[in-house]
Amino acid sequence: MATLELNNIVKDFAGTQVIKGVDLEVKDREFVVFVGPSGCGKSTLLRMIAGLESVSSGDILIDGQRMNEVGPAERGLSMVFQSYALYPHMTVEDNMGFSLRLAKVPKAERREKVLEAARILQLENLLERKPKALSGGQRQRVAIGRAIVRNPSIFLFDEPLSNLDAALRVQMRIELARLHEELDATMIYVTHDQIEAMTMADKIVVLQGGIVEQVGSPMELYHHPRNRFVAGFIGSPKMNFIDVEVRDARSEGVSVRLPGGGEYAVPVDASGCQTGDILSLGIRPEHLVLDDAGPLEGEITVIERLGGVTSLYVQCHDEEWILVTDGEVAHRVRDSVRFGFVPTRAHLFAEDGLALSHLERHPLVDVERRQNRASTAADAS
Amino acid sequence: MHSSITKKLAITLLAWAIALVVFFPIFWMILTGFKTEGEAVATPPSLFFEPTLSGYHEVMARADYVKFAINSVVVSLGSTLLALLIAVPAAYSMAFLPTPRTRGTLLWMLSTKMLPPVGVLMPIYLLFRDLGLLDSLSGLIVIYMLMNLPIVVWMLYTFFKDVPKDILEAGRMDGAGTLQEVLYLLVPLTLPGIASTGLLSVILSWNEAFWSLNLTTSSAAPLTAFIASFSSPEGLFWAKLSAASTMAIAPILILGWMTQKQMVRGLTFGAVK
Amino acid sequence: MRSFLLQAPAVSLLLLWMLVPLCMTLWFSFQRYNLLNPMISGFAGVDNYTYLLTDPALWTAMGNTLLLVGWVLAITVVGGTLLAVLFQQEFFGRGIARLLVIAPFFIMPTVSALIWKNMMMHPVNGVLAWLFNLFGFQAVDWFSSLPLTSIIIIVSWEWLPFALLILLTAIQSLDDDQVEAARMDGAGPIAIFWFITLPHLKRAISVVIMIEMIFLLTIFAEIFVTTSGGPGLASTNLAYLIYIRALLDFDVGGASAGGVIAIVLANIVAIFLIRTVARHLET
Repeated sequence: MATLELNNIVKDFAGTQVIKGVDLEVKDREFVVFVGPSGCGKSTLLRMIAGLESVSSGDILIDGQRMNEVGPAERGLSMVFQSYALYPHMTVEDNMGFSLRLAKVPKAERREKVLEAARILQLENLLERKPKALSGGQRQRVAIGRAIVRNPSIFLFDEPLSNLDAALRVQMRIELARLHEELDATMIYVTHDQIEAMTMADKIVVLQGGIVEQVGSPMELYHHPRNRFVAGFIGSPKMNFIDVEVRDARSEGVSVRLPGGGEYAVPVDASGCQTGDILSLGIRPEHLVLDDAGPLEGEITVIERLGGVTSLYVQCHDEEWILVTDGEVAHRVRDSVRFGFVPTRAHLFAEDGLALSHLERHPLVDVERRQNRASTAADAS
Repeated sequence: MHSSITKKLAITLLAWAIALVVFFPIFWMILTGFKTEGEAVATPPSLFFEPTLSGYHEVMARADYVKFAINSVVVSLGSTLLALLIAVPAAYSMAFLPTPRTRGTLLWMLSTKMLPPVGVLMPIYLLFRDLGLLDSLSGLIVIYMLMNLPIVVWMLYTFFKDVPKDILEAGRMDGAGTLQEVLYLLVPLTLPGIASTGLLSVILSWNEAFWSLNLTTSSAAPLTAFIASFSSPEGLFWAKLSAASTMAIAPILILGWMTQKQMVRGLTFGAVK
Repeated sequence: MRSFLLQAPAVSLLLLWMLVPLCMTLWFSFQRYNLLNPMISGFAGVDNYTYLLTDPALWTAMGNTLLLVGWVLAITVVGGTLLAVLFQQEFFGRGIARLLVIAPFFIMPTVSALIWKNMMMHPVNGVLAWLFNLFGFQAVDWFSSLPLTSIIIIVSWEWLPFALLILLTAIQSLDDDQVEAARMDGAGPIAIFWFITLPHLKRAISVVIMIEMIFLLTIFAEIFVTTSGGPGLASTNLAYLIYIRALLDFDVGGASAGGVIAIVLANIVAIFLIRTVARHLET
């Protein structure tokens, strides 16, 4: 059992607030990812949970116990650092066993625990090596092993994969997810990489400027972003935004006027919305489809062919749109194309940036992460 | 190709000529140490002679030479250990718990090095006289420790700053308190740096020749003072002087050669790396 | 708070080490105080200073101090820079030659002074006298006829290796790309030295100058062992003058006044040094 609760956490650094009141609840065995642009406070928040930074105000509760004044080693957490922070003068075995040595665990028991962790991470053959003699991926595993040995209630990860090359990152991502299932522990993971966030998280916390913008499952964030920032941050390439005028606001949705004259009804909650209001319309590039009967028309300025998919940059009424289409598109630069979108996939944002909520929830929003894996989907059903 | 070899030869010749000229006085002294007193003062200087250890024997036979040497060892090691003991916590806090005042404190420490010893000779002399520290080893240890403390703090600070903060934080997550952090992580990680800092402090103490000449007379006098006693006109025993000097400089010369890189850092307060 | 406690021993010791003697020196410098004659006592006002400042010995000593510092600086900095460039080149046995050339810096000053006094510069039995005779010149009695010059030679020999050591280290941090780019632009060896190497060494040279100044202003052992400041006052510098006043004449007041002057001089240099170091200190 390990739950974490943050109540109105604030952090002041020399007069400036870097964390401006964060509330969060992490359930037992949940995999929570903090994501946000650099400088958003995600690492600071993690370090406050770890006990490496003091809390200016608010409470940190682990399993219901207030932990603000408790030292980092007594919180029952372990942390994997971005730089791995292995002790360069110790062997892999000593690195992993250091916490037990400090806790005066007898040597035999220590060795047993280290071997167990080494087995999980396939490090058995490297126990006598020094960190210098390891590859990046191996160091990464030692750092994780050091965390496992302490048998913590909560694992903290600070951008652990950012120093690995792309191929290794994919592999470690899957391995971490496997580890989460095997250890059945609560994990909190900080990253700026939204693919890591989307693939590993049960729950994503999007931070910006020391404020939580949205908390939710990956699919919830993708399909129902709470505001324009989250909509733009999750998804790649970025969501297209254009200003539109409200023609009609009814209970079935809001009708807006598109540039070029077409009118489109978006099925969102229309309360608080009036004819003549200017809203921001957001559509993801992958939700725009080439359609000779589509309501929008523009000229292609750039084509990026990735093989499987192709990105088209289209100039349309002073706005540049990005479309992601399939790889077989034969258009050339300067071609004129027509395109459109399915109304349920469109988002509307009010002037303050908040999304008008969709009338229907997307069917995949409540799919749990473990249902995406053959190894665990069976138990879940 | 040909011209580059010629150029290299020319540079070799020039550089070696200069190196030999600069080193010559030391070489000559070492050589003189193996001569008899007669050969030592011979004109023209004798380059070929039968080496003898009589100079060394005579110096060693003087019981007080050993005493001076022991004084030098005790004073330089004692002051260095004391300085390290006081400097490690200070440098630790400056490197890992910096406050807005840290920079100012470091520069102020440097400024204490600027106080010329002659400027405070009188009060130190009188204080030592009143405290009974004149001609005492403990007095000299304290003076040398204070003299080297700023350099030691600075050097340790620059070495500690090279240790990634993450590693110490990982140690704290693993349950290490401040003392364990220093003993199990910081000291092993920076041992080469701490050693070269210590060596520099030993070298500076060993060679110090203002306080040792003014604050000691006999019982606590280190080798610098002993060698200086050869300056009196009646003490013109060159072979013995050379033998004694060679023994006095040999350990330090070797230490100096070993630590020259770190020495630059320490002596320039990290401004030249 | 923790940081304060950890620094407290070092800071408080240095504070004592600086303040107590400094205040005492200042206090004594306004006192009539002679160790040989306890009858002389009381407040002297600025008498010690007026006596000192009107004493021609002070001005001789000041002049000697400046000559000594100036010449040694000129010799070591210019020589050190040129040698640094030379010893940076690839040549046979470079490692050993480098060790030999920096050796004098590690020799204790009393030994250096005695080597030169007895074995090098001795008017009858010295190596230099022998060399002079060999080439048909009159041997020079260095310490009687050229006392200050002799001291300058000895001190330069001790400090040239220091300048070389620092500048050689600094030169090694010069980016090879920069030199190659200059060569591509058509710069010859002299142009490279002048426009690339020298500007790169600027900071190191300024550090060398200031550190040497601090030590050279208070040169003591070399004079003590060789000339004892003589003949007359010909090789007496400020440090040696204070020593004479203090421990030979037992004039605490006068020596302290001299000490204050030395401190003021050193501080003028120190301010510049600390500024230079501070500019390059990232905390």
